[in-house]
Amino acid sequence: MEAVYLTLIFVLAIFLGFELISKVPSTLHTPLMSGSNAISGITLIGALASLKSEHLGFAIFLSTLAVIFATINVVGGYAVTNRMLEMFKKKAKGGAQ
Amino acid sequence: MSPVAINFVYIVSAALFIFGLKMLSSPSTARRGNLLSALGMLLAIIATLLASGLSYGWIMLGMGIGTIIGLVSAYKVEMTQMPEMVALFNGFGGISSLLLAWAEYHQHPQVSTFIAIVAFLSAFIGGVTFTGSMVAFGKLSGKITQKAVVFKGQHLINGAILVTALLAAALFALSPANGWGYTLFILIVLVALGFGVTSTLPIGGADMPVVISLLNSYSGLAACAAGFVISNNILIVAGALVGASGIILTNIMCKAMNRSLANVLFSGFGSAVTVAEGDGPQGEVRPASAEDVYYILEAADSVVFVPGYGLAVAQAQHVVKELGDLLEANGTEVSYAIHPVAGRMPGHMNVLLAEANVPYDQLVEMDEINPRMDSVDVCVVIGANDVVNPAAIEDENSPIYGMPIIETFKAKTVIVLKRSMNPGFAGIQNALFFRPNTRMYFGDAKASIQALIAEFKDAE
Repeated sequence: MEAVYLTLIFVLAIFLGFELISKVPSTLHTPLMSGSNAISGITLIGALASLKSEHLGFAIFLSTLAVIFATINVVGGYAVTNRMLEMFKKKAKGGAQ
Repeated sequence: MSPVAINFVYIVSAALFIFGLKMLSSPSTARRGNLLSALGMLLAIIATLLASGLSYGWIMLGMGIGTIIGLVSAYKVEMTQMPEMVALFNGFGGISSLLLAWAEYHQHPQVSTFIAIVAFLSAFIGGVTFTGSMVAFGKLSGKITQKAVVFKGQHLINGAILVTALLAAALFALSPANGWGYTLFILIVLVALGFGVTSTLPIGGADMPVVISLLNSYSGLAACAAGFVISNNILIVAGALVGASGIILTNIMCKAMNRSLANVLFSGFGSAVTVAEGDGPQGEVRPASAEDVYYILEAADSVVFVPGYGLAVAQAQHVVKELGDLLEANGTEVSYAIHPVAGRMPGHMNVLLAEANVPYDQLVEMDEINPRMDSVDVCVVIGANDVVNPAAIEDENSPIYGMPIIETFKAKTVIVLKRSMNPGFAGIQNALFFRPNTRMYFGDAKASIQALIAEFKDAE
């Protein structure tokens, strides 16, 4: 039953994603991509949860590596997106006289 | 925190991701949207860390290293390098999904067929995303050739790799727990890593917008599959959102090139062999000096800049903005027309111009500018080529026939900034250069525009 329930979540989220993303204007496609990229670092949650103290050796190694890569993805992704979005300004506030 | 409470926090995080993406629909709310999405991520991380029995030492080590690398690279990267940056991060997302699936399988080899299938998907998609992104990164940063690398029997090899992966997956899903299971899993990982390389190498530089979008989608789907492996709904929701986003962008990019995804992935478009030299339009080219261009621009009532990848290469976005300001001060109406596939990733040009402080209401899309192109006095094409080639409309034999273009040739005068007469990425000579209303202004884009700025300043 759990597989069915998870698949339902998956299908609904895909539809929601299509609805949301199709409204993003092409001006913002690069920030969209790097921002959604940061969201895909959500694997971090799974990697953190798998670092249980009862595990040993190789499993710890794999999970720690997963945490490192996912953290780069999350932190770097959000930071660079924020940096980019800071630059998008309206004319009134922009540098043009 | 109890598992139920943690899962409630995950629902809040999912809602924040959704709101964050929704706010990306306008440049004025986009920044807050991104921060909201980051807040959602932070909440999910904190909740996860409150579970019992985690080994915090390793967690701090991993997150510490990751945070430092992530922050340093995010603040050091040049805006012109965004495509390779995104490619790199995509790859990291992919490899972490692969590692997570591996770690889970390593700890619990006794899994059901369903879990075995999703573990395969997570490892396979994650692996392809990783090496595919590394190849894309290499191509975008010029570390490996931007040309499409095509060799004989390529499709056969890729096909064989895919069949091997599927066979290994089927055997693995039937008996994940026996002695062969682990060997099969390793085989799947290796095949995935190899497939990422062999499937991305044949794709040329100008098709990178499609590839990055697709890899973006893969990284989401890999996270999604990892979510199924560990029965975690936040991974599934977030992964699916990203997967959908990547698919939509891929689709937009393909449409903007009038090609199918299969054509982009398998045709080796842009490899050196497409068009024989000396073919295509010929005729007289009318070069112009900085002074000539200055007089044309000075007299114009409306000027439209059409940037392309060459603008990024020459780092010319700031000088273009400066020239734009001078023109505006001169009473000229200035706008920037951006083709969806200009540059090396979706929205690449918009980010560069935003960096140079061009207000986003001056950026116009292709469909918006084309109908009023007749009334434009001067189009200045900077480092764009195929996306302004009239052959896409007029020449049925052209490889790019049918691709939507910015119809600069309809403007009263077109000024093309270009290094030389070398054909563009698609290997096709551009008919625009030989039009009677076109003037070629040769030289490095940045130096050329600086010369124009000097002309304007001298005249004051």
